[in-house]
Amino acid sequence: MQTEILGIIATFALTLIIAIPLGKYFAKVFAGQRVWTNFLSPVEKFIYKIAGVNPNEQMDWKQHLKAMLTINALWLVYGFFVLMYQHQLPLNPDGNSNMSPHLAFNTIISFVVNCNLQHYSGESGVSYLSQQFIVMFLQFVSAATGIAIAISFFKAFKEKTSVKLGNFWQHFTLAITRVLLPLSIVVALVLAFNGVPASYEGKDQLISLQGDSVSVSRGPAAAMVAIKHLGTNGGGWFGTNSAHPLENPSYLTNMLEAISQMIIPIAMIIAFGIFIGRRKLAWTIFGVMTIGFLLLLLPTLQSELGGNPKIEQLGVAQTMGAMEGKEVRFGPAATAYWSTITTVVSTGSINGMHDSTMPLTGLYQLLAMMINAFYGGCGVGLLNYFIYLIIAVFIAGLMVGRTPEFLGHKLEAREVKIAALVTLISPFLIMAGTALASYTFTQHGNAAWDTAPSAWLNNPSFHGFSEMLYEVTSSNANNGSGFEGLGDNNTFWNILTGVILLFGRFIPIIGPLAITGLLAKKKYIPESAGTLKIDTKTFALMTFAIILVLNALSYFPALALGPIAEYFSMIK
Amino acid sequence: MNKYILPSIKLTAVFTVILCVLYPLFISFAAKLSKGEGGGEKVILNGKVVGYKLIGQSFTKPQYFWGRPSAVGYNAAGSGGSNKGPSNADYLKEVNNRVDTLLKYHPGLQKSEIPAEMVTASGSGLDPNVSVKGAEMQAKRIAAYRHLPLSKVLKLIETHTEKPLLGLFGPEKVNVLALNVALDEIDR
Repeated sequence: MQTEILGIIATFALTLIIAIPLGKYFAKVFAGQRVWTNFLSPVEKFIYKIAGVNPNEQMDWKQHLKAMLTINALWLVYGFFVLMYQHQLPLNPDGNSNMSPHLAFNTIISFVVNCNLQHYSGESGVSYLSQQFIVMFLQFVSAATGIAIAISFFKAFKEKTSVKLGNFWQHFTLAITRVLLPLSIVVALVLAFNGVPASYEGKDQLISLQGDSVSVSRGPAAAMVAIKHLGTNGGGWFGTNSAHPLENPSYLTNMLEAISQMIIPIAMIIAFGIFIGRRKLAWTIFGVMTIGFLLLLLPTLQSELGGNPKIEQLGVAQTMGAMEGKEVRFGPAATAYWSTITTVVSTGSINGMHDSTMPLTGLYQLLAMMINAFYGGCGVGLLNYFIYLIIAVFIAGLMVGRTPEFLGHKLEAREVKIAALVTLISPFLIMAGTALASYTFTQHGNAAWDTAPSAWLNNPSFHGFSEMLYEVTSSNANNGSGFEGLGDNNTFWNILTGVILLFGRFIPIIGPLAITGLLAKKKYIPESAGTLKIDTKTFALMTFAIILVLNALSYFPALALGPIAEYFSMIK
Repeated sequence: MNKYILPSIKLTAVFTVILCVLYPLFISFAAKLSKGEGGGEKVILNGKVVGYKLIGQSFTKPQYFWGRPSAVGYNAAGSGGSNKGPSNADYLKEVNNRVDTLLKYHPGLQKSEIPAEMVTASGSGLDPNVSVKGAEMQAKRIAAYRHLPLSKVLKLIETHTEKPLLGLFGPEKVNVLALNVALDEIDR
């Protein structure tokens, strides 16, 4: 037990030890300063030349948006057709079949938007071509998209007044060549030398020790497992993701994968502070996020290490904690830790089944995804937090009777309206989606669809409701983990979550980018004694309170019907 | 809009070559130097491949150590957990049945000696490990069926216990397949 706790403390400590210098490096790379990876600049020049882009051409926020949406739309179309016709395409040693149109629709959106919700199983649902040319490709480029937009956000607040936010293509390219690819190579090599397969051989057939005939799925997984974590994507090579012994073979790889998914989101915050010359602000943001993270982690640990009270009653020994859906090589502590990090940073990979975790653990997983800004996804985490900051500045401004300002730019009706809209869209999508699903389940259970709604759920009662709530929340947060008992590969869920995924990704990018663009071109007001300072402890507390209140008001009723009700039903 | 479409297509093409061809091929070639040569490390007994070190197998015969319950019957062509919620009554009944089965095959065993992982399904359905207690619990049965002294079976478990990483991080565990291969090697 002690070694398990020590293990997660070491994992978090190592995460910070790596992320902080990495943040300093990011700041230099994107400011165009000298860094040791500058030997790559000929490669980048070559890429710009082939692509016909001028990396020095400055774009305003609308041009960033157009570039981002164009390239994302291209991936959507291209990927959709590859998934639909993968059976006819090469690199399919296991002979996996084509995706149905609604599954391809869901899958391609899911990977383009960095969510990686998977309504298929990796072993049987996709070919090696789809895995590498679509899934893994999108894991790189969707993360790079998030980072690229975050960098234009940085640039907006570096200058006093500016409409120039850098060049999207350049940010995008650098995010891959200087950040994602080098880190992926290192992580993939360590994984490959610790048991994760990397060869292109297909399924293996053998006779087990006891004499049964078994087949074992394999494939070049190591390369993908690295980027799936570094890019906070989370989509696994195998169906059970990082719970699969070939995707996450040991405690060492588990630590590495857990560290990989946290370092870029944390480094982005550090980089932000250095880039705009406001380190104290970055540390304040980091502080709020870390407190929020710990407040989710500690009770999760308590709830999982305590075991299942119903199994306690059966009389077996839960010395390690709750073990359903967990792997012995990680133990409940590392699985609980993972369930928190994967929901706060929007990775959505899992090393144990969330559906089988304790009710309160499910509550914290859901809350983490609803808030979606404690570190948050690659690049976009900071943008989500920025929206909370805008709301906090606005409310604080009202409270003290001053004109709200954000980093020297006056915050006016237009920006606040956008922020309010972005804040409202999440509860709307989550509530409306869950309500629609619940209504269909209860009122049209026997509808003659590809899967009858009455057959969706793997668990009865409150927990069944949680399965639907989780699926919708995960889609909106672009997280991608699931209460996997839900029968989700059917027209209803593929279309519903596909649509939510699109809104859940692009509105929280477009909104902050628009606010940024609008603020950046306003006249800079120097700080004075009358300025509301946003890098103080008081303001940090204010932001934290805003995050809590907004989310509690939005989601408490739904949470009460799901995990909270289940919790009370179990202790009675 | 043309201004954005062409760079989008070209960048997608360039990065497809770098990220989907060069990068994974490099990792794949480098992995040839690893223990399983990138195809997964195999377990060999009497010159025959009997399994993968990391993939758990179904053991139902009484002369073998048993692994954890699996929602997919240890079929490694796929993977999966039970996804049963903690308060699901049917599920709890199933767990209780597993407890009864274990008690039946291990006369004298107390419920409190059964560690939870022996009656709960793993996340992957392919968990290769059990805890040390999960193996020790079965020692008497193995000794009886294999006509081995109990101390020898316990000793075997001890030598096959994998310590936490660096002795510090994570749980102790036993690889069931390795343990059973060792048992078969004694018999040889």
